[in-house]
Amino acid sequence: MDAVDPIVLARIQFAANITFHILFPTISIGLGWFLLFFKMRFVATKNAFWMDAYQFWIKIFALTFALGVVSGITMSFQFGTNWPGFMNTVGNIAGPLLAYEVLTAFFLEATMLGIMLFGRGRVSEAVHTGATFLVAAGTTASAFWILALNSWMHTPAGFEMIDGKAHVTNWLAVIFNPSFPYRITHMLLASGLTVAFLLAGISAYRWLKKDQSQEVMTTIRAALLVAATLIPIQIIVGDLHGLNTLKHQPAKIAAMEGIWETQQGAPAVLIALPDAKTQSNQFEIAIPKLASFYLTHDWQGEIKGIKSFPDQHPPVAPVFFAFRLMVGVGLLMLAVSWFVAWQIYRKKNLTHVTAKMLLAMTFSGWLALIAGWYVTEIGRQPWLVYNVLTTAQAASQVPASHIALTLGLYLSLYAVLLIAYVSVIFHLAKKATQKNLPAEQILEQTLPEVRHV
Amino acid sequence: MSEFGIDLLSQAGWLPLVFALVMALAILAYVILDGYDLGVGILLRQAENLSQKDTMIASISPFWDANETWLVLGIGILLVAFPLAHGVILGALYLPVALMLIALTLRGVAFDFRVKAKAHHQPLWDQVFYVGSLLASWSQGFMLGQFITGFREATSSYLFSALIGFSLIAGYRLLAAGWLIMKTEGALQLKAVTWAKNSLWLTAAGVLAISLATPWVSSRIFDKWFSFPNVLMLLPIPAMTLVLFGVIARSLARLPVRFAQKNQYGASVPFTCTVGIFLLSFYGLAYSIFPWLVIDRMTIWQAASAPEALLVIFYGVAIVLPVIIGYTVFAYRVFWGKATKLSY
Repeated sequence: MDAVDPIVLARIQFAANITFHILFPTISIGLGWFLLFFKMRFVATKNAFWMDAYQFWIKIFALTFALGVVSGITMSFQFGTNWPGFMNTVGNIAGPLLAYEVLTAFFLEATMLGIMLFGRGRVSEAVHTGATFLVAAGTTASAFWILALNSWMHTPAGFEMIDGKAHVTNWLAVIFNPSFPYRITHMLLASGLTVAFLLAGISAYRWLKKDQSQEVMTTIRAALLVAATLIPIQIIVGDLHGLNTLKHQPAKIAAMEGIWETQQGAPAVLIALPDAKTQSNQFEIAIPKLASFYLTHDWQGEIKGIKSFPDQHPPVAPVFFAFRLMVGVGLLMLAVSWFVAWQIYRKKNLTHVTAKMLLAMTFSGWLALIAGWYVTEIGRQPWLVYNVLTTAQAASQVPASHIALTLGLYLSLYAVLLIAYVSVIFHLAKKATQKNLPAEQILEQTLPEVRHV
Repeated sequence: MSEFGIDLLSQAGWLPLVFALVMALAILAYVILDGYDLGVGILLRQAENLSQKDTMIASISPFWDANETWLVLGIGILLVAFPLAHGVILGALYLPVALMLIALTLRGVAFDFRVKAKAHHQPLWDQVFYVGSLLASWSQGFMLGQFITGFREATSSYLFSALIGFSLIAGYRLLAAGWLIMKTEGALQLKAVTWAKNSLWLTAAGVLAISLATPWVSSRIFDKWFSFPNVLMLLPIPAMTLVLFGVIARSLARLPVRFAQKNQYGASVPFTCTVGIFLLSFYGLAYSIFPWLVIDRMTIWQAASAPEALLVIFYGVAIVLPVIIGYTVFAYRVFWGKATKLSY
């Protein structure tokens, strides 16, 4: 066991937990607002299909929220168990931000969730809508605090170091640190997009199962409208976020772009195989001077290469590929949402092809999200807090064997839960579909299964 | 706190004290609130039929998310206000903490999966819910035992901790049985009376074991309890605990007769008294340990963060905690009375 570096294990374990965790808040943030929208449309129009949509998606919301809570509890322990040096060095900043997240957001959403889920009929319609609003607001407030801390780790500001510990000089500068406005916008848009494609995808699945009720069609239209609106904004915000990163973390940009040598008129590398040993790209396909142009808005602008950050740059390959995956999925989202929206506008309905496209994109948000987080978090290495604390300095003394054991348990648990989560969503969709179909059709659909028995 | 050379009028003196208090409150709230819903999970397997299981789950569904949040607050305060102790305590408890987290995860998701997954998977998720609740409770008791024995790496201390684990299972079971007596009717309510009776004595044994063991871990704790006149002034704590156990036993004997006459009078007595026992035990334990966070090794002042960071959180806690308590009470009032079938 001693052959394995405990720091590497601790990082894999933390990364596994935080990757698993982020999947669920990403959905609950966006879905909370969608539910509020469904609820308010129902109150305003009294059309039953809005309530149907609300009642279908609230089940998935409850499930998602539960997974977010339990994986969030794990996170709150692992801050300390995996990275004691983090709290010892920057606890004066991280502590209050985390505390405010629990106090102002976590309790609010968890308590109001009970009323939102089960309180209809026990409280007035207005109080119930209020609880739905508070849950959505709580999830968003949660994101605010967590991203304030995360952004501060990338672009620390508003503090001074005294005897190796960070002390706050200006809280507003800590919270609204240079990368925070970009990161929170990017993340909230990502949440909206993830949920929009989830809604569209699951509704397309129901449509393919012959459920073309008003509930399904309305959900698809609302989700596509959100997706098609948000994705161009997201691409612009992502670009601005990149420029902000260039200013504060040039080594990350060099890794994202796969640029090894500092140069003027740097090419945009479309695809390549970055090789850490030779410090160069193999099989590179690139467009000359383009990277300089979009990063500096000057065809001859200078871009710092990875080699100019010796021992201070992240591993290039994972950042390089994760960035391409994120951008690729983003462009796919743009193409699919606009194409399907245009088709629906023309034909007033989905077609078999467009429904299949939406279904294929159901969890595309997750893919882009995880890839994006890997870009920014791996891209921050070897720093935990940029230019303040390295990841290695923060690691704990827990023996590698303990970490390996628990890592194995967590990984198998998460694999099982992820499969269960996705299959239960599709199962719920199937159940909802059967409720909406006339009886003969259900019989028709279930007959082949009966024959197998 | 002259004994520890602390000036309670300075920020570095009173802030750690306040946070120790808030942390204790959060942990106490967690133990009682999540205690009853963990206990319901432990009892789930003994329900007679699916309808009873559904009622049991319905009685805790609106609350469990928020109940677990108190654990995050408790651990959060340990992390942000006492980072040094957080490292020592969670480092020593690394494996039982991991066990608890996995168990809490399993039971948390089983809640939702049991009603949403395919019907033939429901027994499986019920089983997961039971096992998760059981393991989470046991590991919490084990951690308490380790904490009391000062994280000594000795077989006797592990055995003691394992025993406390089983006592806490009994304690949560008692709490849950009391909760169900209060929140249900009919056959399930009578069943809950039996469950409460079964749990009562093991709970008492656990309280006794902790009360006897703690003074022997540290001579300092021994002196705090048994020196004169402390011993007289502290006598009400064990005496009241004993009385509460007596009241519960008597109530459990009488309730079935009343329930048969459609009389619900006193249905909340077992739960209320069990909460009383938890409060007294917690108070006794806190009295023993204070002001140590790691017994005889680290005090709350040694472990505390910088006063300026604590002050920032203090303002938040002072404003927000009353609001949290307010809307928690509101949520409990919304679902007041006997549990009914719940659906979205």
